[in-house]
Amino acid sequence: MHELGVTFYILKDVKKVAEENDVKKVNYVTVEIGEVSTVIHDQLIDCWNWARKKEEVTKETEMRIETLEAVTYCEDCKGEYRTVEYGKTCPYCGSEHTYLLRGNEFNIKEIGVDDDT
Amino acid sequence: MTILELKQGIFKENEVTADGIREEFKAKGKLMINVMSSPGSGKTTTLVRTIEHLKGIVRVGVMECDIDASVDAETIEANGGKAIQLHTGGMCHMDAAMTKQGLDAMGIEDVDICFIENVGNLVCPAEFDTGAAINVTILSVPEGDDKPAKYPLVYEVSEVVLINKMDAIEIFDFDVELAKKRILACNPNAKIFCISSKKDEGFEPWIEFLKSRLKEAEAIQHE
Ligand SMILES: Nc1nc2c(ncn2[C@@H]2O[C@H](COP(=O)(O)OP(=O)(O)OP(=O)(O)O)[C@@H](O)[C@H]2O)c(=O)[nH]1
Ligand SMILES: [Mg+2]
Ligand SMILES: [Zn+2]
Ligand SMILES: [Zn+2]
Repeated sequence: MHELGVTFYILKDVKKVAEENDVKKVNYVTVEIGEVSTVIHDQLIDCWNWARKKEEVTKETEMRIETLEAVTYCEDCKGEYRTVEYGKTCPYCGSEHTYLLRGNEFNIKEIGVDDDT
Repeated sequence: MTILELKQGIFKENEVTADGIREEFKAKGKLMINVMSSPGSGKTTTLVRTIEHLKGIVRVGVMECDIDASVDAETIEANGGKAIQLHTGGMCHMDAAMTKQGLDAMGIEDVDICFIENVGNLVCPAEFDTGAAINVTILSVPEGDDKPAKYPLVYEVSEVVLINKMDAIEIFDFDVELAKKRILACNPNAKIFCISSKKDEGFEPWIEFLKSRLKEAEAIQHE
């Protein structure tokens, strides 16, 4: 269950940032996940909704997920294309000398907190 | 509503911990090697053979990571290695914090090479840096030669790939040349050794690789 491990990383980071900024309650956390990252969104949210109760500051924190497009680069024709659609084979020249430019990300983008806390 | 921007990778803290472990091993002239594979590819059997080949030359420690069992650690101890069993508590991979716990519990003063037997899984162990200096993936013949095409990441991060269960090559339609080609497509610099851990065949290049990398590590330490 890969998502559970990831959830604890997020929980730790959110808690740390909240403490550093003297925040008592976090309303939401936005994570950015690349299209070809192996995390399953629904499972991540399920894990989050279970794990968030462990900390006072995240008890009601909603998780928001933003997807980042995956793009692959072709070394032979220097083209860029959508990884999800074409995989390892360049749609312009048929070459397999390609590598992933982006789409593997897993970032915590931001957290939202009420002003009065 | 106030928005606090983080813009940080979730794996950042793990990377920092992993780099710290690598530095510590480097300073001590020791090697840590992370072994990954599908369940049952022969990680434990290969480590036992490796310990046999290194007996009297290199002191080996093994951290066994399982979701919940300790048979592998017992096997290693019975074969002369120093072993510790870590339970990942349902988690499907090792991370650097777990490695650190394991190292503290095991103690590495009387060990030259420390292996991690990662959880049997080709997906997430590849994504989490354990702090090892060298990653190794075992691909066994019955799994099929298409694994590198299906799970490229674990092969991308592996410096060495051991093709195990070569004694079973006649039974399965496993094309060694095709498997090598697919591994090299993931990592053009991968060193690929064909072995049979059961029959103790093909170990020389792997053992030589380990000895020479340990020598390098010791040389850097004495500089
Ligand atoms: N034929 C053959 N069988 C092997 C070889 N190496 C290992 N095996 C067998 O494969 C089975 C699994 O081997 P293990 O070493 O336990 O594999 P593992 O990767 O440690 O397994 P997990 O820790 O459960 O993921 C055992 O029955 C071994 O005897 C080999 O070279 N040839
Ligand atoms: Mg094992
Ligand atoms: Zn995992
Ligand atoms: Zn192209």
